[in-house]
Amino acid sequence: MTPRARLVTLLAAVALLGSIAVVSVLHAAERAGERDRAQPGGPPIASGVVTLDAGGQMIFRNMAWGPHRDELVSVAAADPGGARTAAPIRCLRFYAAAGTGLCLRKVDGAVGESYFASVLDSRLRTLRDYPIAGIPSRARVAPSGHLVAWTVFVGGDSYAGSDFSTRTSIVDTRTWTLTASLEAYGIVKDGRPYHAADANFWGVTFADDGHFYATLATKGQTYLVRGDVTARTLTTLRPNVECPSLSPDGTHLVFKKRVPGLSPDEPWRLYELDLRTMREAPLAEARSVDDQVVWADGRTVMYALPGDFGANLWSVPADGAGAPRRVADAALNPAFVG
Amino acid sequence: MYLADRGPTPDTTSADAPQGRAGRAAQPGRATRAISGTVFALGTVSLITDISSEMVTAVLPLYVVAGLGLSPLGFGLLDGVYNGVSGLVRLFGGHLADRGRRHKAVAVIGYGLSALCKPLLLVAHTLPMIGAVLALDRTGKGIRTAPRDALISLATSPETRGRAFGVHRAMDTGGALLGPLLAFLVLGMAVDGYDAVFTVSFCVAALGVLVLLLFVPGGRSPATPADPRTAGTPTGPAGPASGSPPVTVRSAVALLRRPEIRRLAVCAGLLGLTTVSDAFVYLMLQHRLGIADRWFPLLPLGTAAAFLLLALPLGMLADRVGRRRVFLAGHLALFLAYGLLLAPLHGEALPFVVLALHGTFYAATDGVLPAAAAGAVPAELRASGLALIGTGQALARLCCSIAFGAAWTAIGDRAALGFAMAGLAVCAGWAAYALRGPETL
Repeated sequence: MTPRARLVTLLAAVALLGSIAVVSVLHAAERAGERDRAQPGGPPIASGVVTLDAGGQMIFRNMAWGPHRDELVSVAAADPGGARTAAPIRCLRFYAAAGTGLCLRKVDGAVGESYFASVLDSRLRTLRDYPIAGIPSRARVAPSGHLVAWTVFVGGDSYAGSDFSTRTSIVDTRTWTLTASLEAYGIVKDGRPYHAADANFWGVTFADDGHFYATLATKGQTYLVRGDVTARTLTTLRPNVECPSLSPDGTHLVFKKRVPGLSPDEPWRLYELDLRTMREAPLAEARSVDDQVVWADGRTVMYALPGDFGANLWSVPADGAGAPRRVADAALNPAFVG
Repeated sequence: MYLADRGPTPDTTSADAPQGRAGRAAQPGRATRAISGTVFALGTVSLITDISSEMVTAVLPLYVVAGLGLSPLGFGLLDGVYNGVSGLVRLFGGHLADRGRRHKAVAVIGYGLSALCKPLLLVAHTLPMIGAVLALDRTGKGIRTAPRDALISLATSPETRGRAFGVHRAMDTGGALLGPLLAFLVLGMAVDGYDAVFTVSFCVAALGVLVLLLFVPGGRSPATPADPRTAGTPTGPAGPASGSPPVTVRSAVALLRRPEIRRLAVCAGLLGLTTVSDAFVYLMLQHRLGIADRWFPLLPLGTAAAFLLLALPLGMLADRVGRRRVFLAGHLALFLAYGLLLAPLHGEALPFVVLALHGTFYAATDGVLPAAAAGAVPAELRASGLALIGTGQALARLCCSIAFGAAWTAIGDRAALGFAMAGLAVCAGWAAYALRGPETL
């Protein structure tokens, strides 16, 4: 090949590959625009006032396409599939209790995106913003509304590794003290102090203003830990528990369990653990659930499963009986308020 | 003295002799001679390929979590053990390249395989599938590394090899820095446009393969006359005629019987055993110096920036004062970085100094080691030899990272780093002793 022929070949290839690249970007941009148009058959959504202390409401992230996509919406808890009222605040992850909201949100910047954890008052006004160093995963607020906790993913660095690590932070909203990472807590594993570079925590669920449960992962194994906020300790209770969620009466946990022998694509099943007897039992949901469930009342849990527009909300009795039921489409992260 | 040249063709020794230490000193003009077009072409291929691969790396966590809605909590997408496998793949790639001198062809397979992984990401929607695609991508990287480094060394006169590898590594790192910027530019234009990121990444990678095909001389004679040794061997441009022994697994393994190669391999391996992996360095930096979480993702950029800026100057320095010397000095920079992490110092500048030292370590070792090794390996076994030394170093680093993680658990991060630092001092001291004396170009 002559130098000239090489150059011509290169330019032709640049033109061809460049066109493919441009078309793919334009196509993706157009599709992104399409998501801002409401789809026929979707739930009716109207702008309105959403508060965290109105009675009998379920508030969640609306994933239905249209102008209110990703905004917080409220529905009557008695009719979760019904008309939605949207507030102009977008959250990737959300939770609320006792008039305190926690919104993990994305802010687009010049190079890349940044994320913030915003503590909200009952009118959804931001009280404090905390920059977070990863992609939001879990959000929880203590029953009193005094403590909030979130978990984010931190991606592996460059070529060297593709492992994800997690970072879980807790804020006391009375003093605005931030514990940036639960790694600052002492771990007590099998009765002895434990140190590990690979300790990861996720999925906090609060019992009260002094105690919580969460997941610890180390050496390829997950554990249920009980956290003590004052003593700043985490004590392992049992293995293979992820994303625990404590019942309103504080006696049961529903969690996702990695069940041996399942497909690696769908490794989890929902289980219920009685904290008094430490006995666990599977729930009636037969599909793999990758969510930290929310207790709709003392007997039912709600969780997200993948759907046409991101995720749909399902519910199932917490005692292993009954059958799963779809309660709302294009919805994520419900919180029951009022 | 010229151990490598006690090879198959006696005439190579005489061809090389004038370019020894004394010869070079008498010809200062050589040091400023331009880098060969092949090296620039290979540097461009690496730059383009790194843009492509770092585009994917930058958005992958976001894609997995926000795009696919999966939660990889505690899930290693690419098992650390796979790093060991990819080291073995590198050996295989090196050997395959030397058989019949198909360096370019094997490099094309490696780059091509990684390029093909990008469209596969469009259809891989589960964590195990994505992990498999990443493993395939890494396999491509393993295959291409040794033949590419062999091509660089074969296209360069022995006395400018440090500089050639410096140019290549600088271009490579430049691509790694540009990739994330391009990825987030695409995501800025198309919200959630991960498929567009992967498509653009594929187009970029395909362009890299094309540049390799068009602008890197190949066929069965990758060497240019710039390397007098290869020019003199029967397998050079003269074609695979007679005289040269066939390249077999046995002849590749026999490389380790050459004292100079063995010494280099052992030293690189020992030093690798005390090279704490980047992730731990950044974690220590954060823990010790209290760097805010949101700056954490920027720490690798600090290392990369120093690497980018210093790769060429240190490569040129290596040509002048000796590659082993610069290679060892690079470990001194690492030693100082460890020391600063352990010292009870605090200050605004400290993270920058530690990252600058960390980047200096890479600039003084990453390209300098193959530059140093190339002189010890005969041209017909070049890729195998470079793979042997590179793989030894990579496997040693893997062992170090496993041991360091265990030590961190058992005795704490400071004590673990203290041991690594002591080990580094001992290994570097021994290496300085073992690698004393003149080096083969």
